[in-house]
Amino acid sequence: MAAEQNNAGLAIGSGSRLTRICVRVVLLFGVLVSLFPFYWLVVMASGTTQDIYRYPPKLVPGPHLLDNMKRVVDSVDFFGSLFNTVVVAVAGTALVLFFDSLAAFAFAKYDFPAKRFMFGMLLMTYMIPAQLSLVPQFVTMAEFGWAGSLKALVIPGAANAFGIFWMRQYAENSLPDELLDAGRIDGAGFFRLYWQVALPMFRPALAFLGIFTFIGLWNDYIWPLVVMIDPEKVTLQVALANLNVLYQADYSLVMAGALMSVVPLIVVFLIGARHFLRDLAAGATKM
Amino acid sequence: MATVAESARAQQRPLVRRTSSTAPGGRRRHLGPLLAIAPFYVLFGVFGAFPVVFSLYLSFQDWDGIGNMRYVGLQQYKWLLEDSVFWHSVLNTFEIWFLSTVPMLFLALVIAFLLHSQVRFGGAYRVAYFVPNVTSMVAMTIVFGSVFAQSGLANSGLKAVGLDGIGWLSSEWGIKSAISLMIIWRWVGYNALIFLAGIQAIPTEHFEAARMDGANSWQTLFRVVVPQLKPVVLFAAITSSINGLQIFTESQVLFQTDDVGTTGGPGQEGMTIVLYLWQKAFKDHQFGYGAAMGWVLFALIALFTIVNWRLVSGRRDKETRRGR
Repeated sequence: MAAEQNNAGLAIGSGSRLTRICVRVVLLFGVLVSLFPFYWLVVMASGTTQDIYRYPPKLVPGPHLLDNMKRVVDSVDFFGSLFNTVVVAVAGTALVLFFDSLAAFAFAKYDFPAKRFMFGMLLMTYMIPAQLSLVPQFVTMAEFGWAGSLKALVIPGAANAFGIFWMRQYAENSLPDELLDAGRIDGAGFFRLYWQVALPMFRPALAFLGIFTFIGLWNDYIWPLVVMIDPEKVTLQVALANLNVLYQADYSLVMAGALMSVVPLIVVFLIGARHFLRDLAAGATKM
Repeated sequence: MATVAESARAQQRPLVRRTSSTAPGGRRRHLGPLLAIAPFYVLFGVFGAFPVVFSLYLSFQDWDGIGNMRYVGLQQYKWLLEDSVFWHSVLNTFEIWFLSTVPMLFLALVIAFLLHSQVRFGGAYRVAYFVPNVTSMVAMTIVFGSVFAQSGLANSGLKAVGLDGIGWLSSEWGIKSAISLMIIWRWVGYNALIFLAGIQAIPTEHFEAARMDGANSWQTLFRVVVPQLKPVVLFAAITSSINGLQIFTESQVLFQTDDVGTTGGPGQEGMTIVLYLWQKAFKDHQFGYGAAMGWVLFALIALFTIVNWRLVSGRRDKETRRGR
């Protein structure tokens, strides 16, 4: 009986010492499972290919990390594809933040003809799966002469329904009308109000949307794979997949490449993680 | 002009009426907001709506992407229905979806429940559980590919405890389990955090009432937490289903060997719908066929969403009725 009561207490943060320890052990085991592949990636990227095939396997990092990384740079145009990825992720994120917050501001704080209809349409577009338009999207890009160009990775997604929807929620709740009125009395028009009053207030929401978009663009694989037709000019994900195909027997080389492609993004994520995770959770429960 | 000062909600109706084009400055007043929302609709028109319509047109054509299109009517769809590889890819996708989504949502629920009871290091746990979701799928598929290789870490582990190795990347269920495990690893933390946010929104009194009634942890989880989490579970179930039907990277990266693309591994057991679409359209240059497959995928996703919706919200209706 006593044990049962303690168990029930789990749900609100109390409970016996034993159950608390059990909970912690299970959670730590989960953390271990979550993080182990990254550790293993470091082990493989810092060893030799022979180490990886050995039995029993070597479970600690070796001394060859820099050597393997150098071989990656020699085998594929790593910095070229890193540069492409950075350009796409930065430019794409900047455009999404600008266009989405601008539209969200209009939807949240202004009235205009057919507003409800326009917003309904926006939500509907969210339901179309990307793969449906994979083939025609590629054909469109080829017609535009954009296939193989970074424009194809940035422009089509420069404004998106998710971001507008999400920013609008935020704008409605956290941008006081009084502030906008004060601006109007001073004679500010729509765009000045957006730039000088709304945008600074949107900063927390922009941070979340920014990280979210940046991660998505950095990791996108199928679209760059399809549209970047020039094998010399690809993004990091595609370059890594190519490396994997070309040097399949050279595990440590491929792993060093994988590690190099993963680290920058993890750093970006860890910097913004705290706020990002809170906003993500809040957004999902409100949907 | 004073009406603009009122809150957005309050002003909606009267304002629309008063600002007909005859009112002074009526049209110009809307110019800013309309310009502000325009980019999305222009981009969507050019890169979203047009391709969708165009893909319908394409699905009635026979086209290799370079030569002339040839109208074939519903022939692509007929071929698709008779294509055993396509049906195999549908079956594979559903099997992998089931193998990954069900354990993933269950595990996520348990982790969320445990995280909720764990006050210390809450932030660090969240970050650790979420990191798999952030990282590049290509890189992590390569890592898992080596773990699941014949002489990889997974089989070394089995060998160490005296078990036989599994053909993770060579047998039917090995391939499906390996891909499912990768999906579970990637998404369990994401869903746990979503569930956790839902649990934290449940009033504390409900937990106290359950404890007064002598409920144990499992009872608390399934009788108190789960029913109140319905909307969040619905959200997670639908997004997981949509993601599950679009599995591509795992199979593609695991089994691609050269420029010809991939057949989805031994026995094509890792061939998924999107992988087959990509293979047909961009490796075999059958654009019309790829477009037709896109529409079938769309129909499947729509169907899945409706079924999910019905299942989760239907059960809730029944429960409230029983409750009365």
